[in-house]
Amino acid sequence: MRTRLEKWSLLLSAAAVFVLPTVSSAQLSTSDIDTRLGTESHVGNITGHAKDAKGDYRRYCVGCHGPLGDGNGENAPYMQPPMYQQPRDFQLGIFKCRSTPTGTLPTDQDLYDAITRGFDRSNMPQWNTLSKQQRADLVAWVKHFSPRWVGEKPGTPIPIPPEPEVTAERIKAGRDVFARMQCWKCHGVQGMANGPSASTLQDDLGRPIAAFNFTDGTRPKCGDTDQDIYRIFMTGLDGTPMPSFADNIKPDEAWDLVFYLRTFMSQKSKEKEMAKQLALKPVDPNAPAGQQ
Amino acid sequence: MRNRHNLAVVLSAVVLVGCAALILSQGVNAAGEGKITGTVKLDGPAPHMKGIDMSKDPYCSKAHASDPAHYETYVAGANGGLANVVLYIDGWTGAAQASNAVLVFDQRNCMYTPHVLAMDTGESFKVQTSDQTAHNIHPNPNPMTGNIPWNQSQPPGSPPVEKSWKATEFIPVKCNIHPWMNGWFAVVKGPYATSDENGNFTINNVPPGNYTVTAWHEAAGTQTQKVTVAAGAAASANFTFKAK
Ligand code: HEC
Ligand code: HEC
Repeated sequence: MRTRLEKWSLLLSAAAVFVLPTVSSAQLSTSDIDTRLGTESHVGNITGHAKDAKGDYRRYCVGCHGPLGDGNGENAPYMQPPMYQQPRDFQLGIFKCRSTPTGTLPTDQDLYDAITRGFDRSNMPQWNTLSKQQRADLVAWVKHFSPRWVGEKPGTPIPIPPEPEVTAERIKAGRDVFARMQCWKCHGVQGMANGPSASTLQDDLGRPIAAFNFTDGTRPKCGDTDQDIYRIFMTGLDGTPMPSFADNIKPDEAWDLVFYLRTFMSQKSKEKEMAKQLALKPVDPNAPAGQQ
Repeated sequence: MRNRHNLAVVLSAVVLVGCAALILSQGVNAAGEGKITGTVKLDGPAPHMKGIDMSKDPYCSKAHASDPAHYETYVAGANGGLANVVLYIDGWTGAAQASNAVLVFDQRNCMYTPHVLAMDTGESFKVQTSDQTAHNIHPNPNPMTGNIPWNQSQPPGSPPVEKSWKATEFIPVKCNIHPWMNGWFAVVKGPYATSDENGNFTINNVPPGNYTVTAWHEAAGTQTQKVTVAAGAAASANFTFKAK
């Protein structure tokens, strides 16, 4: 995983190459936002308080996410899509890493995990050096920018059944799910982010965005345990082209798909070994459905 | 006043439910309601709509092999009628509209049918796919309105997605897999209609009164017109848009 320093130097070298205007979506004023200073978060047995995070936000986050939380911090113009996404606009209340269905708010724990983990392939650093209380306070602070939390509750997390044992059969079945769901249209038949639709992808604000390349050694933004990957394709990454498959993939098939996705990844894994022994071929996008 | 109004709503709801079968089969207007009918025209020749290159997905290009697909920003009939214009009543304060049809937004031959789906706030609609290629259905409202974006995959054989919207808004819809697929959810309050390929429309179930009718087109903009609806009668409103 990239260190913070490496990320910042990436950022600075990006700055030297191009400068593009940021998309501005700031709509709320400070006085509106201030009405929600009482916002709390609940992470495990810790209660976070927005007003206690003011200083930390200024110190650590404002340069990217901006004083109004709209993602227009002074460093934002240097983050260039498609590879580097703009800082999140917290006013919109739209988040990528959720345990909850598409179109719903994430849980406090989801936000806490995202802040702790940071995003690989992104300028969003990891903040595991801050205390748990500081991070919980920051979660409340992030929430207070958006009026959505006043009237809406987070969605109900999608259930993740216990992970079964990996078998050759399951990996083969996972390949069928990958073919049937046509993940390859964006991610490519070998997971290299070069599917037929990859070059035209845009995020919700109309900025170019790259699909995830499973093979380049980077990790998914929303975590890289098997459970995280299961959650990613079931919930989708809101604000991006990555859709939710919760209505289309059954829990058992979802595990098969997780195992198959592992075979693309450069990290060593049981799945990768098994795929080699099976001599699994990539799916054939031109074959009729069912024979790919 | 307010109470009497509520009573009237409750009573007419009762009457409506009681006579639902009759009303549906005979198209009789309840409680002396009127309607607004008219035609939307395009001034001058229809702008040329670019053909769509679907070669990135052989399923889609095959589906249009004998009937090439075009963008649907302007769909004009032979008589200059303009289709896909949504007509509704500005500042509607009456009751929500009882939906008498299931609203369906179909992904068919890698296009949206209809291109514009009008609906009332809170009215449910279904998104379905008739295609043997995967789509994703991705409406992109402004979350500040109270309408929240979502994004669901639609591989072949997907069950329909059933949804509704909270707030009035013209919401663009797209498929990220097929970037030419663009459509609209036109969410309005109260009775509405969408102009057909000849530009004709009828807004049904309008109680007698004075109204401002708004006509919205995705590219040509909006126009308004004042109309007076008499009990059981049809008021007329005609619009002419200039292509932009
Ligand atoms: C160097 C710039 C930078 C700094 C500093 C930064 N962020 Fe971010 N942050 C980003 C970017 C860029 C994204 C979007 C990444 C993406 O979508 O790929 C992001 C996304 C997020 C998200 C969205 C998570 C999701 O699931 O969508 C949260 C929450 C967040 N940041 C919180 C914070 C907090 C809290 C701090 C300060 C402790 C902080 N960020 C500091 C750049 C930064
Ligand atoms: C419409 C195009 C599209 C389709 C179809 C699609 N994806 Fe994605 N996917 C994306 C994009 C774009 C991203 C990157 C989002 C980002 O970086 O913010 C992504 C990201 C991912 C990630 C990494 C998420 C992270 O946390 O960084 C995984 C895992 C993934 N997709 C799995 C799948 C699987 C499995 C399928 C099929 C069941 C699938 N995708 C179908 C576009 C797509």
